[in-house]
This record gives sequence, structure tokens and C-alpha cells, in this order.
Amino acid sequence: MEQRSLPYLLLLPATLFLCVFFIYPFLLVAWQAVSQDGSFTLEHFRTMADHWKFSTAFWNTILLAMAVVPLQLALALLMATLVTRMGAGRDVILYIWTIPLGISDLAAGIIWLAIFEQTGFLNSILSSLGLIDQPTTWLGYQDKATIFIAVVLAELWRATAIVLVILVAGMGLIPKEYYEAAEVFGAGPWKRFVRITLPLLRPSIQTALILRTILAFEVFAVVAALGGTNLPVLMGETYVWQFDLQDRHVAAAYALVILAISIAFTLVFLRTLRVPKEARI
Amino acid sequence: MAEISIRNVAKRFGDFTALHSIDLTVEDQEFMVLLGASGCGKTTLLRIIAGLETPSQGEVWIGGRRVDHLPPRQRGIAMVFQNYAIFPHLTVFENIAFGLRMQKLPQAEIDRRVTRTAELMHIGQLLKRYSGQLSGGQRQRVAVARALAMEPDVILMDEPLSNLDALLRLEMRAELKGVLAESKTTTIYVTHDQVEAMSLADRIAVMNQGRIVQAAEPIEVYRNPAARFVGSFIGNPPMNFLPARKADNGSWQVAGVRFDGPQAEREEIAFAIRPEDLHPAEDGLPAKVRVVEPLGPHVLATCEVEGHLFRAVLDSDIRLRRGDTVKLAPMPQRIRWFDPESEESLQPHR
Amino acid sequence: MTTATATAAATAADIRRPARLLFAATIVLLCAWVLAPIYLLTVNALSSPDQVNAFPKSFVPGFEMGSITFFLQFGGVLRALFNSILVAGITMVLAIGLGAPAGYALSRFEFRGKGTFRIMVLMTRAFPLPLLALPLAVMFIRTGLDDTAIGLAIVHTTLALPFAVLITFSLFSGIPVELEEAAWTLGCTRLQAFYKVVLPLVLPGIAASAVFAFVISWNEVFAAAVLTIENRTLTAFLLQNLDVSPLHLKFAGGAVLVVPALIFIFAVRKYLFAMWGIANR
Repeated sequence: MEQRSLPYLLLLPATLFLCVFFIYPFLLVAWQAVSQDGSFTLEHFRTMADHWKFSTAFWNTILLAMAVVPLQLALALLMATLVTRMGAGRDVILYIWTIPLGISDLAAGIIWLAIFEQTGFLNSILSSLGLIDQPTTWLGYQDKATIFIAVVLAELWRATAIVLVILVAGMGLIPKEYYEAAEVFGAGPWKRFVRITLPLLRPSIQTALILRTILAFEVFAVVAALGGTNLPVLMGETYVWQFDLQDRHVAAAYALVILAISIAFTLVFLRTLRVPKEARI
Repeated sequence: MAEISIRNVAKRFGDFTALHSIDLTVEDQEFMVLLGASGCGKTTLLRIIAGLETPSQGEVWIGGRRVDHLPPRQRGIAMVFQNYAIFPHLTVFENIAFGLRMQKLPQAEIDRRVTRTAELMHIGQLLKRYSGQLSGGQRQRVAVARALAMEPDVILMDEPLSNLDALLRLEMRAELKGVLAESKTTTIYVTHDQVEAMSLADRIAVMNQGRIVQAAEPIEVYRNPAARFVGSFIGNPPMNFLPARKADNGSWQVAGVRFDGPQAEREEIAFAIRPEDLHPAEDGLPAKVRVVEPLGPHVLATCEVEGHLFRAVLDSDIRLRRGDTVKLAPMPQRIRWFDPESEESLQPHR
Repeated sequence: MTTATATAAATAADIRRPARLLFAATIVLLCAWVLAPIYLLTVNALSSPDQVNAFPKSFVPGFEMGSITFFLQFGGVLRALFNSILVAGITMVLAIGLGAPAGYALSRFEFRGKGTFRIMVLMTRAFPLPLLALPLAVMFIRTGLDDTAIGLAIVHTTLALPFAVLITFSLFSGIPVELEEAAWTLGCTRLQAFYKVVLPLVLPGIAASAVFAFVISWNEVFAAAVLTIENRTLTAFLLQNLDVSPLHLKFAGGAVLVVPALIFIFAVRKYLFAMWGIANR
């Protein structure tokens, strides 16, 4: 009897917690987005969509994710491959490369602000090289492109580490014999990477892509630190509607939009990178 | 006094039945080996006796007490696990003392028992070490010492030697037998290794597909298998089987040779003989030699009799070549017969 | 014959040398990519406010504590620092307290509903969790949890709980069941076996996942900004003051945010990869 009920007893606290603070609030936020004083309405979505910043924020968010995530995957794959070929010093290098894992997006934004701001390090280098006389403004309200690039760099710098960790863990699960067998059959390093590493790494790549894409849609503090309100993104607009414009309903509508694109992309990755259970390591 | 009695015990995991209605009695101080291939249910049965699994039905009695509703700690048992289960965060001393501390024995008694069992298992010099600093054989000794220190009525062992290399296994086997005979406990020992079973057991219970097929003394199991499965599982190489057709006067025709056999209302039964109970003779079974493997004292000949696989262990002086046909005669008193459908022995037991 | 082999070997070595150089150079470059921005932030944090705002900027710190002391004396900073630690501490306790029993149940029992629970936990990772702060803000006002450390810690726990469950699940799965079973046969109850055998073995790992939960909370910006008004955490405080605060304040704040994270990642580095290897599946 004890055996039967014990697991449920152990799961109970976590389950209750998630029901009250995860599932219930999501229902609330959904209801808030589509209701006004207790009756159903799509008014809030209309308000949201009609606002001039919405489509900019939407496309900025999508474009940022499209630019950041593939670059991160490529960079992390390179790093992971290098690490697995290292002998001595592997642990040190891995530690260094995973440092940004502990750094918040806000701190990362501030760090890159130190480089891009008007009296920052980038201008200091350029002027000491004699390329500019006066400090250039990189993050001003007309400099959308450079703000975008700065955000991409900061995100790439900050959040590649999590992809790296997932990939290195995944590569650790691939037995060495497969590579040795491939080498015996005449596959060079590139072929081995394409034919063995990538396919066997697919579950890890899937996890990394889903996690990173969702987090990329939530980009907020980096943009706030580097661009202020000059580069609107969905999460930032949500914050603005909640506080500055004091309209919880529209903020909830924004939340649902972020949720919707997150789910859509998750489903796409689950579909396209599916690995049948029998084909796993 | 610790007689173990298992009554009508069954275990089902969902749709899968791991054990079908098992009945088995193990006498006080008896060494019982549960022998079978992996997945036959032997470990499940042991774990039910230990209290690590709950049976779906039936009763388990130890020393005249019904225990199937009790947790392991109240059953008066000790167990040795396949992978030893030495606590890695405790020294060898504390591992052996673990159960004694749980019983809240006085320190002096704990010291005495730990020292005694450690000496018995020849690990007295290792008491301060941790599991990570021990070899496989040493861990095995600690696991046994930990069980013996409890001075239990019953010791349960789950394939305790299977993780050791061959030479060490041989050495530990002999040592275990001595130590356990000394300790006067009832032992149930699970293994898939028939040689281990033969050498250790007072009685062997051969299991197959969740049933005990035969429980008897080792030599009985070897000589008089109660079922075709036992003959084909025990012995290396195992028993040979050939179809026998009914002839007149209660005799049976096997590959053109007549043998006296049992009375049976069947047209065809199975004739069985162990490979070492064959010798070349003119009136033997015609066997076509396929493979010859010299093994030192013997030569193992893998042959074909009327299209059936047939092995013989012969004296190495006999010259054999692939493709030869030899006549192999069985020792008449060693021939066994089996019913083709129930697969049970047709030999009246002597 | 021998000369031919020697020449061949030499050519192979010649080809290998540039490849090795490239390999080493890439690794060094990637290390610089990760470390340089942190170094630059340190330069700013360890310079006086005048040096921070000067142009062109020096690439070596002035080793003045001016910025840091200014930051620490700035109104509300010490309180925000205290709030951050408090919230992260509560999050750590909640996440492990709720997550570890669930992780244990998942690793030790087969029971109906196990799959459903796992999916619920994994699902939380697919949602933009900080958005929970919006409906919870309303809920908390009703229950009096608004603008309290415990309220924010609850939101951070929904972020940290899935990780806590998955990490502790992998930790407990790493302890052979036989160790527990051996303890039962040696006279332990389930509870005794747990704290005498399992707990000592998983404690370092539990500590690592607690640290991980702490970092998640310490770094979180959005929910912190939404849910606190008077009791700002450090991240919320910095975000709110981004527009108005001088540069040296931002950089000193950034440095204060980064330092604990670096220490924490160093402390749990051993567990990072094992954790993700399991969490992948």
C-alpha cells in the first residue's frame, strides 16, 4: 500500500505548485486577453495590432531570432567539435566557454553597452587607429541597423553557451567506435561530422533549437540595455503596455502572441527533427 | 531454525507473468540454488523472498512466520547483491557494521562481529578503505561479510559471483561454500551458471518461464532430468534428443536401432542421451561427423543422426575426421525418454 | 624504402602543423571572444566615474573604486542587492524542496501518470515563463503577495522547478537502487535508507542544482520588473534606472550582477554536462 501511494505523495507538492502557479495563470492570461468586464471580445487584439509599434516589434523579434539562433547553432557546433578533439586543457576551455551561461541578459546588455556606447571601447579603438576623429553614435534612435547588430552580437555572446552545453553533453553520448568504424571505411573528418555526428546529435540539436528559439522570442533586457525603446520587441512592448500604458488586457494579448509563435516553432522543430525511438543511441 | 516455505506464489507485471504459482520448501540450513536462464523468474522469486518485490498472490513463510506482508528489515534475512551494493560513502568497517548499527548493538559487540567476519572473509586489512579503493573480488568479500555479520537465519544471494573474472570466481566459489556451511544459515542462491549450481547446492531448483521445472539434488537433476528442458539446459554440451518410433514388444526404434523403452500410448516419443554416455560400437547409431573439436582429455564430435544435431564426447585416442560416419552406442542405463507433448520424463524414477 | 616512408611521414607532419596551428588559433580566438567583453566591463567597473566617461578610453583599469562605491552608496542599491539574494534564496529552497521529491519519485517508481507528469514538466520549458508574472500580478494583489520577495520567488520557482526536477531525477537515477535495497535488508526503513545512504551520495549534486536555481532567479529580469515596485531586486532596479542613470552606475551594477554568477558557474561546472545529457531525453 505504502509502495502504491508513495510516488504520488512525492509528486503532489510539485504538481500542486505547477497547477496553481503555471497552469492557472496561463488560463488567466488567456482570459484576460480575450475578455472585457467578463464578456468575450477581440478588442484587445485589435488595439494591439492597430498600434503602430506592433508590426515593427513583431518582425524585429522574429528577425532577431532568425539571425541569432542559426549563428548560435553553427558557433556551438564548431566549439563542441573543437572541444571533443582536445586533450589536455579541455576542462579549462569548456569552463571559459560556458562562463556566459551564468550571466543574465541584462548584464550582457550592459557589457556590450560598454563596447558600443559613444565613449565606449569600439570608438576608442577606432579613434586610436585614426579611423574616426569624433566618437560615432552607434546606438542612437536612427541607428536601427547597428542596434540590431549589437543585439545579435550580445545574444550570440551570452546564449551560445547553453547550446554548447547541450551539444557537448549529446556528443558525449555518441560512442567513439562509430567514428573509428567510419574512419576504417574511409570517411574523412568532414564526412564523419556530416554522416555521424550530425545525425546522431539530432535529439540534442532539437532540444537546443527549441530552448533557444523560445528564449530568443523572449528577448527583452539586452534590447532594453542597448537600444532602449529604439528597437521595439514583443516582450518589451508587453512591459510597456503593462506599466507605461497601464492596459493589462493588451499586455495579455501580447503575451499570447509570444506564446503562439513559441508553440508554433516548437512544433516545427519537433516535427522536422523527429528521431524515431528505435533510431536513437 | 529457518525453514523457508513458498506457497502458491505468483508475480505478474501488467500482462506479463513472471512467476506462475510457485511452491517450494527450503529446509533449515539447506543450500538451495535457483538455476535458470535470464528472464526465467529466478531473481524475481528471490526478491519476493527478500521483500523487495510484492507477490501478486501466495504466501512466503520464514521460520514458521508468515512474512509476505513484512518489509525486508523484519524478515530476518541478509542479502548479497549481484553488483555488491557496497555503500561508497562508508568505509569497509562501516559497511559491515551498517546492519549492526541499525540493530543498535553495543559498540563492543559491533567491533567483535565486524572483526570476526572480516577475518573470516580475509579482508581484515581493508577495514579502513572505501569501496572505490577495492578490487571486484574484495568488494565481493565485503558484501558477504556484511551479510554474515548480521548472523541471519537466511542468506539470499543474487548471482554474487557473476561479476568476477573466471579464476576469481572459482576461488570464491570454494570459499563461499566453506564459509556458508560453517555459518549454519539457510541459503538461497540465484545463478545462471550450472557449474556453480552443481558445485554449491544441496538442492537445485531449475526454473524455466516462471515455473520450477525440477527441484532435486544436483546429481539427480543431471542424471534424471524431470523434463526435456532440464536435460537441454544442464550439461555442457547438453543432452542429445532423437525421435523414437514405436516398434513391437514395447521397444522403440531410433535411427534404425531398437531400444527397450517405457510403456507409452504414443506413436513417437523422444529418446535422450548425454554426449559423454556414448562410445563407438558396431551396433550404435549411425552418426555423420560434421565438426571435430579436440579438447585435451576428450574430443567433442558434432554429428548428424538422420538430420538431427547429435554431439558426442569421446576419448581423444579415437581418430575422427569430418565427413566420417561413426556408429555411436549409448550406455543402456543412461538412456532417458520424454513425452513429446508434455516434455516430461517417461522414465520411472528409481 | 625507408627514405620514402620518412618523406611521407614528414609531409604528413607538414600538413598537420598548419592544421594544428589553425586549431589552436581558433580556440584562443573563441576564448578571447568570451573573455574580452567581461574584461572590458571589469575595466569600466574598476575605473573612476571620470575615467569611465572619458574619451578615448584606456584599455587598462584605473584601479579606482570610485564607480563601485558610488554604485553601492546610490539610493536603494543595497536594498535591491539584499532583495535579490533573498528572492534567489527562497527560490532555491522552493525549487529543491518541491523538485527533489518529484525527481526521486520519477527515478525510483513505475506508476500510472508518470508520463503525464514528465510532459507537464517539459511543457513548462516550452512556454515563455516570465509572462506568468502578468496574471500573477493581479492574483498577488488579491492575496497580499504583491511586491513581496515570496511572490517573486514563486514565479522564479516555476522557472527553476523543471530544471530542479530533471537534474535531481538524473542524480537519483545515478544512485543504484541496490544500495537502497541493501540498506532495507540491513534493517533500514525507506526513510532511514534514504538519509543514511542516498542523501550523502547526492548531496553535492543537490547543492549544484540549488546553485543553479539561485542563478536562474538572480538573473531574471522581466518578472522581477513586473512584480516588484518598492522591493526591487538588483536586476529590476538596474532595468528601471537604465534611462536615467549615468554610465558608471550601469557598469558597476553590471559587474556586481556578473561576479556571483561567475563564482556559481565555477562551483557547478562539473554537473553542467551530466545534467544536460539526461535532460535531453
